[in-house]
Amino acid sequence: MSLIPARARGALSRIYAMLMKEFIQLRRDRITLATMITVPLMQLFLFGFAINTTPRDLPTAVLLQENTDVGRSILAALRNTAFFDIRKVATSEAEVESLLRSGSVLFVIEIPAGFERALRRGETPAMLVSADATDPVAAGSALGALEGVVQSALSRDRVTGVAPPAPPTFEIRQHRRFNPAGSSQLNIVPGLLGTILTMTMLIFTALSVTREVERGTMESLLAMPIRPLEIMLGKIAPYVVVGFLQATLIVSAGVFVFGVPMLGNLALLAGLTTLFIAANLSIGYTFSTLAQNQLQAVQMAMMFFLPNILLSGFMFPFAGMPLWARGIGECLPLTHYIRIVRGIMLKGADLADLQHDGLWLVGLMLVAMTIAVRRFRQTLD
Amino acid sequence: MMEAAPDIVIDVAGLTKTFGARTVVKDLTLQVRRGQIYGFLGPNGSGKTTTIRMLCGLLTPDGGAGTCLGYDIRTQSHLIKRRVGYMTQRFSLYQDLSIRENLEFVGRVFGLEDPRAAAREAIDRLGLGGRENQLAGELSGGWKQRLALGACILPRPDLLLLDEPTAGVDPKARRDFWNEIHDLSAQGLTVLVSTHYMDEAERCHEIAYIAYGELLAHGPVDEVVRAAGLQTWRVSGEDLHSLAAALTHLPGLELVAPFGASLHVGGRDHAAVEAAIAPWRNDPRYVWRADEPTLEDVFIDLMSRKRDNFRDTAS
Ligand SMILES: Nc1ncnc2c1ncn2[C@@H]1O[C@H](COP(=O)(O)OP(=O)(O)O)[C@@H](O)[C@H]1O
Ligand SMILES: [Mg+2]
Repeated sequence: MSLIPARARGALSRIYAMLMKEFIQLRRDRITLATMITVPLMQLFLFGFAINTTPRDLPTAVLLQENTDVGRSILAALRNTAFFDIRKVATSEAEVESLLRSGSVLFVIEIPAGFERALRRGETPAMLVSADATDPVAAGSALGALEGVVQSALSRDRVTGVAPPAPPTFEIRQHRRFNPAGSSQLNIVPGLLGTILTMTMLIFTALSVTREVERGTMESLLAMPIRPLEIMLGKIAPYVVVGFLQATLIVSAGVFVFGVPMLGNLALLAGLTTLFIAANLSIGYTFSTLAQNQLQAVQMAMMFFLPNILLSGFMFPFAGMPLWARGIGECLPLTHYIRIVRGIMLKGADLADLQHDGLWLVGLMLVAMTIAVRRFRQTLD
Repeated sequence: MMEAAPDIVIDVAGLTKTFGARTVVKDLTLQVRRGQIYGFLGPNGSGKTTTIRMLCGLLTPDGGAGTCLGYDIRTQSHLIKRRVGYMTQRFSLYQDLSIRENLEFVGRVFGLEDPRAAAREAIDRLGLGGRENQLAGELSGGWKQRLALGACILPRPDLLLLDEPTAGVDPKARRDFWNEIHDLSAQGLTVLVSTHYMDEAERCHEIAYIAYGELLAHGPVDEVVRAAGLQTWRVSGEDLHSLAAALTHLPGLELVAPFGASLHVGGRDHAAVEAAIAPWRNDPRYVWRADEPTLEDVFIDLMSRKRDNFRDTAS
């Protein structure tokens, strides 16, 4: 009658039993449920502030190398925006250098000698902007704003002699100091998505086997005809749903609240996110089979979490790390997921672009699952 | 592989289990026939739980071999698990699941056709109706025990392994429980049940007595009693306490134990018993009556001799 063979039906029934049980337990576990919703919201909220706060009144020095109309007009425009707080109009480089170094100003905007003349000739003169990029978020958005400010100042001034509507051409040379990679705020939401998922997923499953052992329910469970693989799948499945909901929440907030673009395919992102969630759940579950008690399991999860944060490219640019660190980074799911999310959301990457990272996630998940099934103690010996 | 006769459900020989340096079960040989209620007795820490766990594949024996329901206990435990209901000593169902949810879980794990219907049926049968949505963790000891039994018999196993199922349960619940066990046995289910209660032992078809990991006696209750060959006297009168103190270490008396308002005195060597009690036999303060030894007398005697052996071999 049924197309599914009896053996497979038995296995499905057992996985379903486990899954339902876990769902019910999860529903009744108020604290875990609360954690599941508040942790991502809280992190988003905190990080969201950093993203959303448009930098204002950034202490700035202007190095004016020539006293011309254009120079004065740019200075006036800068004073009129809320972005910059011109603390000093300097004339020597040594002066601004010490201001920047001491942290008295975060920006130095330099209008070089001959800027106006070059502009009138239709050349493309360069303004040099030195930014203290130790705070890349602040530096990044201010730099973005600068170009617009200068542009409108020059068009309004009409001193350039270049007939409108053609805008005056000039170049802003950015010099990011102290943090050459200076990741922009758009990278934070993808990184945050991966980090929050890693942490919550790891903890959920890291507790699942040890909890059964500590509560004494493992003895009954082991005496029943259910296999380690079935237990694992049944325990992981409910949290895939939970993780997916978390991811949806974060991505929606990223797009609608923080204005992160969504250039690629949403379905592809959903699919690879599910894979990433499953990989982390499998790793957490593996810890659970290796640990003697819940505390140990949480410690293992934390030990695994740390390199995820440091070596995945979330905190520091991946390309800038030494070879050994990149080697470790490649073995962490978060590394691949951050590439996937940045790729899909910011660059519109498709599956072909991301298959390498997708395969890594599949591989890591299968390795974790294999260890978990093998290390699962089927007896009380 | 050993081939078990079809009507022998548990057939193990030489079972041994060691934890670290301690041998907890020693060379245990046991046979349980189909449909029997087999009592498993022994003091705390004697290895009852360990033995039961080896039978259902939860522990791997360090020595010995055997079959359970015809399957090898070492290599076929996955097949054994499908047909055994194991009730653990400590309640081990999910405290945060309701009665119904626990039963449905078991039903699904065992692949029952309709787990919901099976759970409903078990709830009715066990008289748990009206409580089915209560969380297991909120139940009293007696109800927990009923639930645990219900979960064990839900998949219609061929063998029940019950580990001290009535510990901490009130007498009425205990009686109901045993009636249920006898009903199940009448339907052909085999039951191995460990217990501390002598009245429960008396309700078993056969018993085994285990102490310090060793099987000391087994068989039907009256046979175990007869085989012990104890001659016992029941003494009543005043100040039995000092009489007991005087008798305790006399040669030939293996048993000196208070028994209600009287004292049980006995030993294996009938002549030695007579000789030992002779000085008090005609004491007007005491009334001596020859008595049948009880199962408890037999166990006390077995235990004390076992302890003596233990001491002898140790020194
Ligand atoms: N997993 C284990 N590790 C070490 N010792 C154990 C373990 N399980 C039981 N024991 C010891 O084995 C002995 C027998 O225990 P058990 O089989 O539970 O006895 P019973 O059920 O007859 O009370 C006890 O002394 C107990 O401490
Ligand atoms: Mg026990």
